[in-house]
Amino acid sequence: MPRFLFILNRLPHQGLALAELLDVLFTTAAFEQSVSLLFVDAGVLQLYSTQQPGSYGLKDTLAMFSALELYGVTEYYVEQESLHEYGLQLTDLQLKAMPIARSAVSELLQQFTHIY
Amino acid sequence: MPLAALKFAIQINCSPTTSGTAHTAYQFVKTALILGHQVIRVFFYQEGVCHAVALNSPPDDELQLTQCWSALAADYNLDLVVCVSAAQRRGLLSVEEAQRRGRPDLAQDIAPGFRISGLGQLVEARLLAERFIVFH
Repeated sequence: MPRFLFILNRLPHQGLALAELLDVLFTTAAFEQSVSLLFVDAGVLQLYSTQQPGSYGLKDTLAMFSALELYGVTEYYVEQESLHEYGLQLTDLQLKAMPIARSAVSELLQQFTHIY
Repeated sequence: MPLAALKFAIQINCSPTTSGTAHTAYQFVKTALILGHQVIRVFFYQEGVCHAVALNSPPDDELQLTQCWSALAADYNLDLVVCVSAAQRRGLLSVEEAQRRGRPDLAQDIAPGFRISGLGQLVEARLLAERFIVFH
C-alpha cells in the first residue's frame, strides 16, 4: 500500500511553491489513504501561528494546513533541531505536530513509498 | 542484459528555460521510450506548464523543447498532461476556458500533443507506475 510523505523545508510565501505542493497533497489525500508531513529547516515557519499573509494579498497557507484533518491527514512531524534553529517552540505552531530528532529522520523515511 | 520493462510516471515542475533540468527530463523520457519502457504519463506542473505554450519560438539554433515534446507524443502516443490550475495561474488557458472568461480572442494556446487536465491525472499515473520521478 503506498504511503506518501511530504517534506516541507522552505519558507512560506515564496511564490507558488507551497500552495502548489499543498494542492498535490490535498489531491493525494482525497484519492488515497496515507499522507504524512515532515516539517524541517525553514519549513517549520510554515506553521508559525501568528503570520498574517492576507494583509499582503497573499494566500493563507496556514489555514490550508488546518483543513488537513478533514482529509484524514493527521500525522505531522516537526524536526526538533529545526525548531530550535528558528527559535520556535511547539506551542508557536498552528498544528499539533510530533517532534522528531534529526537522528531519527532517516528511519522515518523508510516507512514511506513515495516522498515529495 | 537489458532491464525488464518498467512503467514510469513523470512529473515536470521546471520551465523549459530556467535550467538544464528540462532537457534532462526530455532526454530521460525519450530514452526510456526507445529502450522499451512504458511512460504512463508526463505531468507538467508549476513552471513546467510553460513547455506547453504553442507560441514558444526559440531561434533555430536553440533547443526547441515544445516541438520536441509534441513530436515525442506523436511518435509514441505519449500522454502529456498540463495541470489546469497551474496553467490558469500562469495565463495558459484552453479555448473553452478563455471563452468562459469572455476572452474568445485568445487562440489555441496549447501546443500539439499536450492536453489540459487536473491533478487527479497525476495521482492516477503515480498509482499505475512502478517508478515515479519528479524533475524540479
